[in-house]
Amino acid sequence: MPRAAKETPIRVLIAKPGLDGHDRGAKVVARALRDAGMEVIYAGLRQTPEEIVRAALEEDVDLIGLSILSGAHMALFPRILTLLKKEKAGNIPVFAGGIIPDEDARRLKKAGIRAIFGPGTSLEEIVTTARQLARGSA
Amino acid sequence: MTRAPALPAAARAIVSGDRRALARVISAVENDDPASVPILRALYPRTGRVPVIGFTGPLGVGKSSLINALVAHLRARGETVGILAVDPSSPFSGGSVLGDRIRLERKADDPGVFFRSMASRGESGGVAATTREAARLLDAAGFDHVLIETVGSGQVDVAIQEIASTSVVVLVPHLGDEIQTLKAGMFEIADVFCVNKADLPGADVAKRDLADLVTLGMRRDGWAPAIVTTSTTDGTGIDELWSAIAAHEQYLVQSGVRERQERRRLTHEIVGLVRERVGIELTAELEEDPKLRRLIDQVVDRSMDPRTAATRLYEGRGSRRRPDR
Ligand SMILES: Nc1nc2c(ncn2[C@@H]2O[C@H](COP(=O)(O)OP(=O)(O)OP(=O)(O)O)[C@@H](O)[C@H]2O)c(=O)[nH]1
Ligand SMILES: [Mg+2]
Repeated sequence: MPRAAKETPIRVLIAKPGLDGHDRGAKVVARALRDAGMEVIYAGLRQTPEEIVRAALEEDVDLIGLSILSGAHMALFPRILTLLKKEKAGNIPVFAGGIIPDEDARRLKKAGIRAIFGPGTSLEEIVTTARQLARGSA
Repeated sequence: MTRAPALPAAARAIVSGDRRALARVISAVENDDPASVPILRALYPRTGRVPVIGFTGPLGVGKSSLINALVAHLRARGETVGILAVDPSSPFSGGSVLGDRIRLERKADDPGVFFRSMASRGESGGVAATTREAARLLDAAGFDHVLIETVGSGQVDVAIQEIASTSVVVLVPHLGDEIQTLKAGMFEIADVFCVNKADLPGADVAKRDLADLVTLGMRRDGWAPAIVTTSTTDGTGIDELWSAIAAHEQYLVQSGVRERQERRRLTHEIVGLVRERVGIELTAELEEDPKLRRLIDQVVDRSMDPRTAATRLYEGRGSRRRPDR
């Protein structure tokens, strides 16, 4: 049936794995992505890798953004990537933000995290990168 | 009855419990992807089986928390639940923050619960046009119950009654003026009132006030809305809330209201689909056909009124049809 053709919004899951209880940064990013026209599924605090992957699949997202301050990224991020691959969803790009030392960032990128944003990153840069990742042009 | 034709692969996957396929087809429905049409067509005979419970009410009253509590209640009885949570899209950017998922607590590997957030994508009335079709997909996927949370806009989410078999209107103590604005439409759609946050003072007063208003209201279908007080923080009233919902579902079947309700809704749906299609066709014709653009010019310079132009446009429709259709 002919229906109106329109561009479909990018769907992105924003989640905070780990135990720290601050999600201000994640919320700021969520709002910036919304203002850029994306549908942001905000999964909230203290999500396990299993919960994050399940949410990503149910919500059929184009992109996953992880925020972390607790320092547990070296354990949690690779686990999320592994679970995604196990679900044959390894094609969903994952980016991360938070306090992540350079050496860790290098290793995480090698492991498959597509972009890592430190505390000083502008929202504009995050939005642009997120869009490129979701549209498969980065 | 004719023999059912073979299901398309995606439809078969949904019926067999493939949640990934379900999620993808919901996206196709949301995106108006023509690929969803044959899938919906194939699954339609498997729908209409299960209760669809709508939850609506002002911002922050606890709709998501209540759904979470009911999910726990139903899972403890071994029943499965599919949930759709609708949040508004920004009229400016078209984007949305969908935050209802935060309240969901379940075992990460529990296949008996499926939760999907949906942006309203410009639909007014609190329920995305596609929500109805997404609910049908959950139905066909075999969930025992479908729960829908609609935009907590503070306004009346009347559209929910086009989808839900039971509508729960959630309120909190001390609504004050808000109850006045609710009077308009909420009383017609509420099959169950839920006064949540009963752990806060004033719940009993709110219940009494509501009971007064409910007895004043008239319902054509003869159902007297139940009023339940709940607290998701201490678990009070969750059983009662589900019992009230179940009682309404039972009433629908026994009274024959359900059948009439279905007929009315499906008629609306069909007419709505035709309207949408005609609208799209006419809009395209207006853009393509210079003669029709001149019709608009005439309305703009006041030499023809909009109704006359509409009649010309509508009546000329068939004859302008391109032969390749
Ligand atoms: N005191 C109290 N607080 C509650 C209760 N239920 C929910 N809340 C709180 O109310 C706030 C909103 O709860 P939600 O469940 O997100 O409400 P909602 O109606 O889904 O909100 P929107 O979807 O944003 O409209 C949260 O901070 C909850 O913790 C309750 O029974 N008692
Ligand atoms: Mg909510």
